Amino acid sequence: MKITTNDYSIKYDTETATISWQGFMRLNGKEYDPILQLLNQVIDLEPPIITLNLQGLEALNSSGISMLGRFVFSLAKKKKIQLIVQGDKKIIWQRKWVINFQRLMPSLLLEWK
Amino acid sequence: MLEIFGDFHEEQDESKEFLMIGFSPGSTSLQQRWRNNGLSADFLADYMITFFPSDENDPSTLEREEELKGAVAYIANELLENAMKFNDFSFESHVSLQVHLYTDHLTLMVSNNLPIENVLGFKSFIHELLNTPSDELYIRQIERADDDESGTTSGLGLLTMIDDYNAKLGWKFETIQQHPEIIVVTTMVQLSF
Repeated sequence: MKITTNDYSIKYDTETATISWQGFMRLNGKEYDPILQLLNQVIDLEPPIITLNLQGLEALNSSGISMLGRFVFSLAKKKKIQLIVQGDKKIIWQRKWVINFQRLMPSLLLEWK
Repeated sequence: MLEIFGDFHEEQDESKEFLMIGFSPGSTSLQQRWRNNGLSADFLADYMITFFPSDENDPSTLEREEELKGAVAYIANELLENAMKFNDFSFESHVSLQVHLYTDHLTLMVSNNLPIENVLGFKSFIHELLNTPSDELYIRQIERADDDESGTTSGLGLLTMIDDYNAKLGWKFETIQQHPEIIVVTTMVQLSF
């Protein structure tokens, strides 16, 4: 599973159950739907652990933060899947936001680059 | 008529530097315009940062530069996205974005027309934003976004400015014409250094 554009890419690696994000993502509301669909497909596979590697995602707008929040929130409700988020403290929005995701899912594990 | 909410004030001092960009939202589709928001925001951030020379031998100044650049780019982009999303296109008008630099802070201001039917809802959200603990509002907004198919009611952008970037926010609602009624809303964001 993969979505690639000139500005960003999202790739799901089945073997490691890792969703890797790259680039600049500042989409308009509904434009996030295909990405949310990809995330929901990964949830449907029910791997025991999902890793979200955000280290290459340099910019994300609040609609994108909201989309990621909804993804984390739906995992938290399911209670079956462990989530690991890999971030990079040098990227300002990640330093601020990855910690906020723990408000939605206290069991979330954080790994900083 | 003029109404003020939050921390909105006309600055007493002259700003040392300022930059103002105007957009005519009706001239191209919102879709085409969208990419321009990020480009404009990144440009503003790069431009402003030239007034904060960093010292290569002092990592703390480099870190401060990166922090400020990230904050300006994020906030300017959010302000523009909101203005483009909620601007009233039934009137010929411009959306403007200004950044002003002062001795110990900078301000970002965006102005746009607001459709009359959205005014009450926006004021009510401002009230909620200024009177609710941020962690509680954050969860509430994610839950609302989860229920909202259109994904347009988030309001998360304004919350993140306060919560993550310690910004002070204020709004001015100004009726600039009575018949038909036209309301211009200016959102002001202050960032201290």
